[in-house]
Amino acid sequence: MDLERSDDQELFRETTRRFLESTAPVATVRQWSEKEPSGYPADWWRRGAELGWVSLLVAEEDGGGSVSGTGLADLALVAEEMGRLVSPGPLLMANVVASAVSDLGTADQRAEVLPGLLSGESVATWCLAEPTTPAVGGDGVALEAVDDGARFVLTGVKLPVEAAADAGHLLVTARVDGGLTQFLVPAATPGVTVSPLQSLDLSRRFAEVRFDGVTVGPESVLGEVGAAADQVERQLQTVVALQCATMVGAVDEMFTRTVEYAFDRFSFGRALASYQALKHRFADMKLWLEASHATTVGAVRSVDAGEERAAELVSVAKSYVGTKGPVILQDCVQLHGGIGVTWDHDLHLYLRRVVQERALFGTPEEHRERIAARMGV
Amino acid sequence: MATGTGRGEPNEDVEAFRLRARAWLAEHMQRLPDDVDNYHLMRDDEFGVRARELQRTLYDGGFAGICFPTEYGGLGLSREHQQAFTQESAPYEMPVLFNVPTLSILAPTILDFGTEEQKQRHIPAILRGEEMWVQFLSEPSGGSDLAGLVTRATRDGDVFVLNGSKIWSSGAFRSDYALCLARTDWHAPKHRGLTMFIVKIHQPGIEVQQIRMVNGWNEFCQEYFDDVAIPAENVLGQVNDGWTVASRLLIHERDAVGGASKYTSGQGPGGERSGTLGRLDQLARSTGQASDRRVRQLVAEDRVNERVAQQLVRRVTAGIASGHFPPPAGAMPRLFAATANERHRDMALEITGRSAAAWHEGDQVGEVSVEYLFRQGGSLGGGSNEMQRNIISERVLGMPREYAADKDRPFDEVRHNATPSRSR
Repeated sequence: MDLERSDDQELFRETTRRFLESTAPVATVRQWSEKEPSGYPADWWRRGAELGWVSLLVAEEDGGGSVSGTGLADLALVAEEMGRLVSPGPLLMANVVASAVSDLGTADQRAEVLPGLLSGESVATWCLAEPTTPAVGGDGVALEAVDDGARFVLTGVKLPVEAAADAGHLLVTARVDGGLTQFLVPAATPGVTVSPLQSLDLSRRFAEVRFDGVTVGPESVLGEVGAAADQVERQLQTVVALQCATMVGAVDEMFTRTVEYAFDRFSFGRALASYQALKHRFADMKLWLEASHATTVGAVRSVDAGEERAAELVSVAKSYVGTKGPVILQDCVQLHGGIGVTWDHDLHLYLRRVVQERALFGTPEEHRERIAARMGV
Repeated sequence: MATGTGRGEPNEDVEAFRLRARAWLAEHMQRLPDDVDNYHLMRDDEFGVRARELQRTLYDGGFAGICFPTEYGGLGLSREHQQAFTQESAPYEMPVLFNVPTLSILAPTILDFGTEEQKQRHIPAILRGEEMWVQFLSEPSGGSDLAGLVTRATRDGDVFVLNGSKIWSSGAFRSDYALCLARTDWHAPKHRGLTMFIVKIHQPGIEVQQIRMVNGWNEFCQEYFDDVAIPAENVLGQVNDGWTVASRLLIHERDAVGGASKYTSGQGPGGERSGTLGRLDQLARSTGQASDRRVRQLVAEDRVNERVAQQLVRRVTAGIASGHFPPPAGAMPRLFAATANERHRDMALEITGRSAAAWHEGDQVGEVSVEYLFRQGGSLGGGSNEMQRNIISERVLGMPREYAADKDRPFDEVRHNATPSRSR
């Protein structure tokens, strides 16, 4: 969390936290993950949207608006709080689509998609990753949209796609004659098939989305044909920065609970917290956790400011947090002892959330390759 | 000279200051030659002659002591001004030899505890490049247990008489003054019988020996004190309250080593890595491995650590200022820098491959393996990593303190190591 946040941001964060703690404590998240098809009741998402969860990156004329003038920093506070309680809901996907449509959409596209998204009545998602291409962002896109002169025909597979079964609209990143192009496709369009996938994170839903000759008109193009590379990069930066905030929230919560456990748990007549061998491990974890906060804040600020180096700083953050987050959590498991690997303890929910985010939108290894490429190596 | 106001402009904003600094630097400072950084120059400037000249040039130009108070010759400007100047001065030869410990550790400690007379005597002289300082803290008889030191200062009228030995002082042979912590009361518990002294280094009774290190450095020194008379007016802070002074000094040291000091000027030590072999991307290129996937992962990991180190400094600095963190949280950037440096040395060795074993004379790749021998240097100086981990767990996380057998007991009843005698 940003230690230099404003009073307004702090009030917003506190409001979000109170809402989450009262409506969706972890025990509730567990129940929802088993009973609710989406992982959460629709009404809960609508109430979150009323707090501004899907408005912060959207222009005021489209009904949006940030708290601080730096919308991603505000949204990162929500993402971190949701990580803290392993909350369900397609926060990152709904926001990245809302932001893209607000920035580039035609009047018709904005009118069709934004009111429902911002109010929480509907959700949308971004179809980026593909099964056979490992690269991060637009470089990994092969799905082809053939331009037949009047219409575009999309053929290919996207996987994994979050919340695809609930989404009213799909933002599809494709190639037209080799150039990156994005389409805003109603999920009900003939030829679109959504097949649920198993996923590590129990409270969110992922799917494979097949496009079998899906035919859309030019009104479905978001932005310009063949010229979406910069936009896709911005979307990637937004999602990855928010992933880091989510991971940091999850790790911070579980670290805090593990520190408390070390004070409360006694063996050989002493608190675990009094053993130097363990104190030194806690010190390392605290260092990695604070460094994770620091690099996440650095990435968020840079993306908010539209800096050229945001591409590097986002990859720095994903590389660091995606590497250290699971290390810290597994150490938390070790320090809890056997209880830490039981289904009933919350630790695995956090480990699932963090490992899930680690793997999506570029692993730490893939982001390091991006950094090396940017260094001109 | 046009920009040489000597004291800066009151309320000058950072960008205006940056532009003024940029123009002044271009006119008055020497650009660094290609492939040479201030570390290299520092090594060639064994006695600090060049560094003193450059510091004087900064002072005369009105750019020395950016965050030091105006009443002692500084500019009284903000950390943002200091950072802007450091960025602008990156391509130039800078007196970085003054950064650590003189400007970032000793001068701030004198500002914190000095009498008006002590501050007026020494701070402007430091900013003019006339005084280099060093700390006399560690002793051969003890490492991490600093307060268990056994160098004695015995009051005799208007003077204290100093006997004993200090070690690990950087560059004492070229320095002018030291802050020296010595025991003045042997009947008090160990923290309460210490006093900090301002000591002129080159005087009868003090012998300075350089220590040869594994990587060929001879920066570190050991000093021997033989009935050295120190005027009582040279006590910094209160008699028997030297631990308070030393604790603050150590906080300044941690900031300096972790890169969080606002009193430095120019890159390194404590700044961003540079130079031919300081950056792994350049090492990868010069060894022809730039397209090797494994090597690219290492190069990027090093960059990640470098960026995160800077981001962590900002976070911890802001957090201490706002009260979110207690001041000992400064141990975090210090530990991060040390562990990142260990990893850097490991990765450099890995990329160097068999060239680490034998190389043509003058080939800089050979430095990689020699520097590897000194891998632990950054994890020992300024409080070992283990001490930093104690600090983080005890003072930041609030975990129980380690057991100490000497707690609250008179020092002369505590088992401790003997006062070292001179070894020849």
